[in-house]
Amino acid sequence: MLRGETVLRSGKHFMDGNEACAEGAIAAGCRFVSGYPITPSTEIVEHLSRRFPEIGGMFLQMEDELSASICFQGAVWAGVKGMTVTSGPGFSLMMEHIGFAAMTETPSVFVNVQRAGPSTGLPTAPAQQDVMQARWGSHGDYGIIALSPASPQECHDLIITCFNYAETYRCPVLFMMDETVGHMHGKVTIPSMEDIHVVERRISTRSPSDYAPFRVVEGDVPEMTRAGAGHRIHMTGLTHDERGYPDMTTAAQESLVRRLCGKVNNHVKEISMMESRHVEGSDVVVISYGISAQIAGHAVDAVRAAGIRAGQVRLISLWPFDDEAIRNIARSTRHIIVLEMNLGQMVREVERAVRGIVPVHAVGNAGGRVIAPDCVVEKIREVLR
Amino acid sequence: MRDASIRICGMGGQGVIMSGLVLGRAVSIYEDRWSTMIQSFGPEARGSTCSAQVLVADVPIAFPYVRRADIFMAFSQAGYDRYIDELGEGGVLIYESDLIVPDRRVPDQVRRIGVPASRMVRDAFGTAVMFNMVMIGQLVAATGLVSAPAVQQSIVTSVPEGTTEMNCAAFDLGFQLRRPDRVPDGQ
Repeated sequence: MLRGETVLRSGKHFMDGNEACAEGAIAAGCRFVSGYPITPSTEIVEHLSRRFPEIGGMFLQMEDELSASICFQGAVWAGVKGMTVTSGPGFSLMMEHIGFAAMTETPSVFVNVQRAGPSTGLPTAPAQQDVMQARWGSHGDYGIIALSPASPQECHDLIITCFNYAETYRCPVLFMMDETVGHMHGKVTIPSMEDIHVVERRISTRSPSDYAPFRVVEGDVPEMTRAGAGHRIHMTGLTHDERGYPDMTTAAQESLVRRLCGKVNNHVKEISMMESRHVEGSDVVVISYGISAQIAGHAVDAVRAAGIRAGQVRLISLWPFDDEAIRNIARSTRHIIVLEMNLGQMVREVERAVRGIVPVHAVGNAGGRVIAPDCVVEKIREVLR
Repeated sequence: MRDASIRICGMGGQGVIMSGLVLGRAVSIYEDRWSTMIQSFGPEARGSTCSAQVLVADVPIAFPYVRRADIFMAFSQAGYDRYIDELGEGGVLIYESDLIVPDRRVPDQVRRIGVPASRMVRDAFGTAVMFNMVMIGQLVAATGLVSAPAVQQSIVTSVPEGTTEMNCAAFDLGFQLRRPDRVPDGQ
């Protein structure tokens, strides 16, 4: 397996977000992808299927999304970094294995280039309708992390963060792109390897007699091992003890599931990422994410030029949700508008966090096209009227 | 012209997307300014009308879609018909003059530049394949949006291996026309 400078295409490129995502995954050390190509994510696996043979990685095209979403988890336990890539209908099929990854604490990255749904919907058109599914799509309680890139450059940079989080927290990390950022070409600068922060897997150095794959020695994330390296491993989706053996007691359930949630939700401040500008003392703040945040920025600039005190917050991470940060924003403004390409998903989360401190308004659509900046400008003027 | 919203349209296979890539790459990489390119996707992308939206600016681009085109480059009549209403007053219309007849929908004060690009590359190289490069050459000469050397470099890194020289020559053919009134049969 090749690593380091030899595999990176460092320098400036004009590439689309999908290709940038593929190159970012390579930079993060991903060397195994199982997938079932689906529009609008296909270019990611297409690109990796050409790149991986050059650098000792492997792309496996599977028979469907069920197998695609579990196959790479086997590779991860064999010692590599892996991911799968999909869009709407495939994402729905992967829900069971997101839960499996959560339960087995498999460092795993799921890329979803969102298109308009429900069902097969509009395959070639953008949406942000899967953000609640990302959080709650698999059954049971568990913690996940989800990031949302707003440009081709971020498709590159944030997929690296996804892999770093997956290794740090040993949980599913969902990369919530959308058709527009995926298919949009723009300038992408790929740094040199020394300027890229990559978290490597924390592999246990304990002797086999002293190791259990789900025993927490420090913090709330267990050390991993590599299948075949000498440690005993047992994995199951059933509630299990620290050896990974089924333990059908409520005590085991309580302690395991609380830890699966807590290892993410107790680290919101370390995980959460957002950008804000002109928030303090503003009359209105537009909260958005992904490509919609670019639109919001455009609209905020337009109304500021006309003398309106408008601010902007861009959520870079969607999950876990930073309630406290959002509540602080509510204390600094008079109105909040949430802009997203759906009919009202993250706006509910914002409302919950804001607790009625200021009115929260929604601007959205049913997917299929990005929302024009004029709609946002109009809404800003309406709420301040 | 340094900032522009550009719509390029034509039939799938005419090099619409390649044209967008060449322009966007020239601006972003070889002039180190900012550009975005969005291409039409789906079943329509082969054999019927497809389009590319290219935005060019000195600062990062927030909204990557064309709302009012400053430059409209049309390779086919169907594409012209679909997007002509998007062209703003005072814009630039560059069209393949053997394939397209502009109509009264062309807004006021628009510079019309007709280029018989397919015929020109056929006469020069015996193939019509690279006519899009002639069109780009004409766009660059007429608008000064991006420098010719930047486009030449972009062509080298964008087109398939083995076709670089011919593509660059086709670009030069279009670029050297300079003034629309020197275009044979142009309007």
